[in-house]
This record gives sequence, C-alpha cells and structure tokens, in this order.
Amino acid sequence: MDFKLTKEQEMLRKMYQEFAENEVKPLAADVDEEERFPAETVKKMAKLGMMGIYFPKEYGGAGADYLSYVMAVEEMSKVCATTGVVLSAHTSLCCNPIFDYGTEEQKKKYLPKLCSGEWLGAFGLTEPGAGTDAQGVQTTAVKNENGDWVLNGSKIFITNAGYANVFIIIAITGIVEKRGRKQKELSAFIVERTDKGFSVGKHEKKMGIRGSSTCELIFEDCVIPGDRMLGKQGKGFNEAMATLDGGRIGIASQALGIAEGAIDETIAYTKERVQFGRRISQQQNTQFQLADMYARTQAAKLLVYSAAMKKQNHEPFGVDAAMAKLVAAETASDVTRRCVQLFGGYGYTRDYPIERMMRDAKITEIYEGTSEVQRMVISGAIGVK
Amino acid sequence: MKIIVCVKQVPDTSGVVAVKEDGTMDRAAMATISNPDDMNALEAALQIKETNPDVKVVLVSMGPPPTESMLRECLARGADEAYLVSAREFGGADTWATSSTLTAAIEKIGVGEGDIVMCGRQAIDGDTAQVGPQIAEKLGLPQVTYVTAIDYKDGKLTVRRALEDGYMTIAVETPCVLTCIKELNNPRYMSVSGIMECYSKPYTVWDFEALKESKWISAVENVGLKGSPTQVYKSFSPPVKGKGTMMEGADKAACEQLVSILGEKHII
Repeated sequence: MDFKLTKEQEMLRKMYQEFAENEVKPLAADVDEEERFPAETVKKMAKLGMMGIYFPKEYGGAGADYLSYVMAVEEMSKVCATTGVVLSAHTSLCCNPIFDYGTEEQKKKYLPKLCSGEWLGAFGLTEPGAGTDAQGVQTTAVKNENGDWVLNGSKIFITNAGYANVFIIIAITGIVEKRGRKQKELSAFIVERTDKGFSVGKHEKKMGIRGSSTCELIFEDCVIPGDRMLGKQGKGFNEAMATLDGGRIGIASQALGIAEGAIDETIAYTKERVQFGRRISQQQNTQFQLADMYARTQAAKLLVYSAAMKKQNHEPFGVDAAMAKLVAAETASDVTRRCVQLFGGYGYTRDYPIERMMRDAKITEIYEGTSEVQRMVISGAIGVK
Repeated sequence: MKIIVCVKQVPDTSGVVAVKEDGTMDRAAMATISNPDDMNALEAALQIKETNPDVKVVLVSMGPPPTESMLRECLARGADEAYLVSAREFGGADTWATSSTLTAAIEKIGVGEGDIVMCGRQAIDGDTAQVGPQIAEKLGLPQVTYVTAIDYKDGKLTVRRALEDGYMTIAVETPCVLTCIKELNNPRYMSVSGIMECYSKPYTVWDFEALKESKWISAVENVGLKGSPTQVYKSFSPPVKGKGTMMEGADKAACEQLVSILGEKHII
C-alpha cells in the first residue's frame, strides 16, 4: 500500500492550485450571484489540457491518470463548486462513456473535440418520471426506414445542458422479457446540439452551484444517424449505471473539495476574528470543531482516492465509488454547515464565501445518485437484503 | 535557432526570511519559487517558439540539486531541455562568480547565429540585476535590459526597453542578451500534458569538472564563494513596523474621523 503521489501528480496539484487561486476563485462569487456559466474559465481550462486529463493522447487527451483528474475536480471545487461540476460532468459523464463504449469512429470524431474543450459534453438519463428509478425512462428511440434513429421525449436537470455540444442520451429502444417480466430495453445515443428536432428547454434556478447550467432537453422527432448509438443496443442501462459509478467519483471529489475549501476559509477567518479579547481560533470549541472536520474530511479523501485508484487500475469500483460519494457528500454538507456557525453572523452574509459553500454542498447528496441510492448499493454489496 | 533562458530558484520572499546565526540567509529553511522575472523571460521565449516552430528553448540554471523541481516546471510550461550547473564548488557565488559560471555553461551549450539569451531583470533574493548584463559582457554580445516588449519576425528582433521616463524601441542584432521585466507578459501555467512530458525531456547536470576547462572558470578559485569579490557582512529581517490604518476620502466626514482617531491616541 502506497499513499504517495507521483512527482507528476504533485506538479499537477500545484498547477491546479495556482490556476484555481488566480483564475477561478476571483470569479466564484459573481458566478454564483449572477447564476453565470463560467465559459471563460472553461476556455482557460481547455488550454491547459484539463478537459481531457486522463484520456490518451491519440484521442486528444493529456495522457495523465484518473487520480490526476479527481484532483483537478477537487482543487477547482475548493474555490468554486460550479467550476468543479462543469469539469466533472463533461469528463465523467460524456468523454468517459464515449471512450469506454464508443466505436473507433465515434472516439475519433468526438474525443479530440471534447478533450480539447472545443466541445463541451453532457449526459441525459433523468426524466420527470425517472430519477433514482432509471427504469422509469419514457424517452423513445425508434429506427426509421432510412436506418436513422428518431428520438422523442424529454430529459430534466441536465448539467452543462445550456453550453454542451454533445449529449449522451438514454432512451427506450424496445420492450424485452427478462425472467418472465416485461422490461424496457434501454440504449445510449450520442446527440449533437445541432441535430434537428433537439432543443434545450427550461433553465433551472437552483439553491447552489448556481453558475452550472442545468436545463431540460427536448426531443421532438429528433433524427440522428444510425451510427450514433453508443455501445450495444439494450445495454444502455448497464452503460448508464457504469458511467454513473465513475461520475460518483467525480462528484465525491467535488464534495471533498467543497469541504476542504470551507475548512481553509474558516481557519483563516477564525485566526482574524477577535472576541473576548482573543482570536476565536484560540477558543477550544473552534479548535476541536476544526480538528473534527479536518479529520473527517481526510477520511473522506482516502475513500475518494481509493475509489479513484481502483477505477484507474481497472478493478471493480462501484461500491467504492458509492462509499466515497456517500461519505464525501455528507461530510461536505456537515462541514460547511458547521463552518457557517463558526463564522457566526458574517458567515450568513454573502460577503463571505462560506454560505455559498453550504448551499453548494447540498447538491452532492442528491445528484449522480442520492445518498440513499449509495446506501442501497453498499448494503446490497454487503449482503443485507 | 535556440533561445537560452537563464532561470533561478529563489526563496519565497513573501514568506518569512530565515537568517542563519552567521548572518547569511538560511535558504534550506525557506520555501522556494521560480524567480518571477525569469518566468517572464521564459514566457517570451515560449511565445517566440509558438510562432517559430523551429525555435528550441533551452534552460540553464545554477543551484543545488533541488533546483531540478523548478527546471521540471519550466519544462512543463513548454521549454525543450534543461541544464543544471550544480556542485559544492559553485556555492556562495556572488554576481561575478555566478555570471562566470553561467557564461561557461552557455558557451558549452553554444550560442550560434541568430540565437538569443534571455534572463530575468533580477532575482528577488539579491535584487542586483547584474548577472544578465555580466553574462552579455562575458559572451561579448549586445544586450538590452528592462525589456517590456519583443517583436520577432523573420529573424529580425525589435524590443522595447523601459526607461524611468519613457520607452526606447531598439532593433537588436542577434545573437544577443535580453533581460526581461514583469510588464513584458503574463507567464503561462504548466499544462497537464506538459507535466506528463517534463520528466522525459533532456535534462543534464554539469558539475565543476564538466565546466572547469572554460576560460571563465579554469580554477576552483574563480567560482563560488572563493571567486566572489563580494562578501556578505550580514543579512537580517528589518524590524516589523506597526500596521497602519488607511483612510479614504477628502470630505468632512473623513476629517472628523481622522481628528477623532488622533484625539483617542492623545496626539491632539
């Protein structure tokens, strides 16, 4: 067992930190206040190779490893959780399934543009009637006489939707019988923003990660060429679930970053704020609170990194991803809530970033599988039925 | 064509300055950074390389072995190869001994037709701004200091030099030496792929033996502390001044506030 980062990973972390401090942090409050997608930051990240960190160079990636990507989401989320999720959804939910399930032609067509940041990616599974229960999907894909696929239906809460060029979409391609029961056959498709019959609908106004673009996707007789199916027909459910396993590591990294960022802010604040004639960092309550928070966050970090290493080493990582996300998300929510308390009245104002971090943290317990779904995954794996 | 960029790893002077009992700086106890002006020089070289793909950017530095981390970072920004001049004999060098040693290294790398040597104006630890000009003199090359803009087209080099009361635009013949200042550009970040490649780029360490044949070195008495006419008498952190209070505005309210503060302190 080796807990040491490589020299390259250490350098990457340093680069991410410098970039986050100089380019991301100064915009974070505005991005939140104005609910503004940080398009200029995405461009800058793209220039540095951050939109395709762990994909091979032959597909336009930067050729680094998976942990290096996880650290990028973590470092961005320390200062701006919106920026963290833009990077995570693009990489984990769009580039990754194309790399894992795409044909050589699909990989060559999409990955270079996605990895270079020329195109942004998104993923659409959730529908008004299908969230945790993915079988509730109602969007359909039917093959027409030309061999093209015709999509009808809608998706909601799609991250990056307003700015993405490429969408991975899960749709019903038929009904199959499994163990005597009729089940929907789900398949995955690559939809381009310019496809006829595709449009982006309502933009959600959210409690946190307010700069991230969360919208509805609408398919009205949306015709896409026959070669846009991603992976095998009928494997869409498994592919979506495997994609979300990876996505969970991304969101766990985001949650980890939020918790770490909140602790950093709170340490700095408590060393300045004076009450009863001394800095509040000199109060034992502050010290013990922050010690507990830091220890819990480090524990979450080990789970996140361990899940990342398993994915990197091509070992089964689904349960590890579930545990990492469950613990990191709940840590982020708890830590940010307690940090606001240490900030006191100032923490409740928007003059300090800590209330934003508390709002941002909540979503990590909900999206890419709620904490309850993670508990279902974990309890199933340990045989509690 | 190549651009040789001189870079230095320096103590991070934004932190605490550590001083040893003998009055010299305790470099080991201080965090290190890449010298800021040198990063402007590197950025300028990389920008020329972007529009002139045949340009090779070569780094040279003198320092202890941990200087490698800075050189790798410069390679990760896009430089092509690095030379570190490192040996006990070179330690404690002042600007004269430093420029002799760096000149020896640069001559060994070789300055050809059309090449450019770039340095930062000065290092934030010594703040002398002497090493660049001394290298130019020892190499016998024309030099322009305080460079704030560079135009390089079809082998023609025009630079803008900052003066106290204005700018001077100069056409320079190559090979030459330029010393660069912060206004020149904004240094880029390392890139992900640059970091992944930086450990496989050519990296050479030259010790005293490797350079001693140079006329600028020739004997151990000419390098390091022994070869340095300058002797440091004492280094120290200046006593910390009390934190001042900034007040803004020139209106009645500001005056009243000022009067009340002076009153509280029994100054008036």
